[in-house]
Amino acid sequence: MIEGILIGLTTALTLQNILMVMVGCFFGTIIGMLPGLGPMTAIALMIPITYGFDPATGLILMAGVYYGAVFGGSTSSILLNAPGVPGTVATSFDGYPMAQQGKAGKALAIAAWSSFAGGTLSAIYLLFMAPSLSKVSLSFRSPDYFALMILGLTAIAAFSSKGQFLKAMMMVVLGLMLASVGQDSLSDITRFTFDNMNLTDGISFVLVVMATFAMSEALTIILKRNDPTSAAKQVSLTELGSIKINKEERSKMYKTIPRSSIIGFLIGVLPGAGATIASFLAYGMERNVVNDEEKEKFGKGSVNGLSAPETANNAACSGSFVPMLTLGIPGSGTTAVMLGALLGFGVQPGPRLYMTNPEIFWSIIMSMYIGMVILLILNLPLIPYIARILAVPKNYLIPLILFFSVTGIYVMSFNNFDIYLMIGIAVVATFLRLYDFPMPPLILAFVLGGLMEENLRRSLLLSNGSWEFLWDRALTACILLTTILIVIWHVYKTMFKKTKT
Amino acid sequence: MNINTTKIISLLFFIFSAFYLYTAYQIQVFAFDENAAFNARTFPIYLGYAGLFFSGLKLVLPEPNTIKVDHKNLEYKKTVILIVIAIIYGATILKVGYFLTTSLFLFSSYYFLGERRWVLMFLLSFPFVAAFMYLLHGILDIYLRDPFLQSIGVMG
Repeated sequence: MIEGILIGLTTALTLQNILMVMVGCFFGTIIGMLPGLGPMTAIALMIPITYGFDPATGLILMAGVYYGAVFGGSTSSILLNAPGVPGTVATSFDGYPMAQQGKAGKALAIAAWSSFAGGTLSAIYLLFMAPSLSKVSLSFRSPDYFALMILGLTAIAAFSSKGQFLKAMMMVVLGLMLASVGQDSLSDITRFTFDNMNLTDGISFVLVVMATFAMSEALTIILKRNDPTSAAKQVSLTELGSIKINKEERSKMYKTIPRSSIIGFLIGVLPGAGATIASFLAYGMERNVVNDEEKEKFGKGSVNGLSAPETANNAACSGSFVPMLTLGIPGSGTTAVMLGALLGFGVQPGPRLYMTNPEIFWSIIMSMYIGMVILLILNLPLIPYIARILAVPKNYLIPLILFFSVTGIYVMSFNNFDIYLMIGIAVVATFLRLYDFPMPPLILAFVLGGLMEENLRRSLLLSNGSWEFLWDRALTACILLTTILIVIWHVYKTMFKKTKT
Repeated sequence: MNINTTKIISLLFFIFSAFYLYTAYQIQVFAFDENAAFNARTFPIYLGYAGLFFSGLKLVLPEPNTIKVDHKNLEYKKTVILIVIAIIYGATILKVGYFLTTSLFLFSSYYFLGERRWVLMFLLSFPFVAAFMYLLHGILDIYLRDPFLQSIGVMG
């Protein structure tokens, strides 16, 4: 492991990579801060730029954007009560009341320190957990992978949002259908191309990400421009107050941060869960753990109530790298985008990444530490200035997002068809989003589609067409049992909620 | 019209899945692969049935949280204009070139979204695209085809 850490440090500490972490954190913070735009959009917009770099540098840049965006999301949660990303919704419960009391600077500082501590601690957990899990996952066979993908897709559908399980499953199927367009990987037979040469190689991953996130995000913002429910209330962006945290507040944070970071990391590791669930769970747990006097302050500007979700959401970001780096299966929509980008670089994530590309594996982990320090440096002194970006008019923001999306596709293919296809998918995605059809399950399914078919093919051929492979191995059966439990739990929860109402 | 749009979307998805399944059955496979345990049409067929199953369930089961979208508050006009501009942009980018089409796309988008600060609109279109182009083409070595700039001799 020491050797790996040194390889990672050597790669991560090159001038170019440090610069990439800085650019990623800065860009991510700005995009994450803008309400409606999340880390997936930020990473999607960055993909074309990463083509010019080697895989390690590209991934370091995207990782920087990821935690920068989660970090930036907290700023709009605190100042506008309009979370930039779902993972920072819980931050607004106590962050916004604190800002309304004239302590916006303090709230931002607590968020910054908590994010820093959460991210750094979870990077340490990742350092120890990822290599061990990599070794374990070497024993995984095709049926296990197939079962694991079913688990990941079901979990992301179940956790996507309340009462949306069937909608999310429809999106999963749609994602898999989109992935099936083009040549079959084994026989080279074309499928669903309708004799269109442009579809022979399938639909590009970047195209789908750009269309379903960046472009449809921009169209949704325009569409909902006059919607009174999405109008944000303003806290002064020029007078944020002191950023100093006193001794009492610090002592509260010392207790909150370790427990929230563990929750955040563990939730992040689970396929399909992620920063949103982690932050809500940490918030809920913190409220149960603190004394009655502190409990009363929750929702009115509690330090614990702000620190817990901020620590957990950053810890979950690092946690979600574990299944991606060790199993090659993304734990969240955002890591699915990164997985797709890695495949684009010709790198196959999974248990062997640890051995075949140690510089990528370790440099990402090492770059997280650097990223956390940079985020802290960037956010604490610069926050009053960065916060003013929230005032950027949408008239400029939207065309620029559309511009980055189209450019991303243009530099990839120099093909009009791809631009039209992207616009078409973006229009459908915008309409679906209006009716709460979640997009992350679609992306996860699109990325996993090829791998899933490949593993099902191998499993079925090895078992002579019998589906017994699903319960032949204990590991496969256990993973499938977990999937069934998730579905049962979800159905029970929905029915219980109905009975209550 | 309270048939519930989610149900209509589910119905459309059901029809789409049926079409997908039909097309999946039409995929031509090699003769020796026809009766294999797994061939090019196996996975799509499962997907087609899965689509029918989930959209069918959504259609029959009662809707727990009805989503109400207030269409009066939605900016359809500007959104459609923006989509049309993007389509024109896509149609002309190869023939005219990256610099001019992108700059005009940005400038016209700002205009149609209601912006009238001409200097800022100009700065955030032509010089901005030139700088971005320099970053991609000049620094990151990502090729950008531009017949317009080539015709006036700016690009080699």
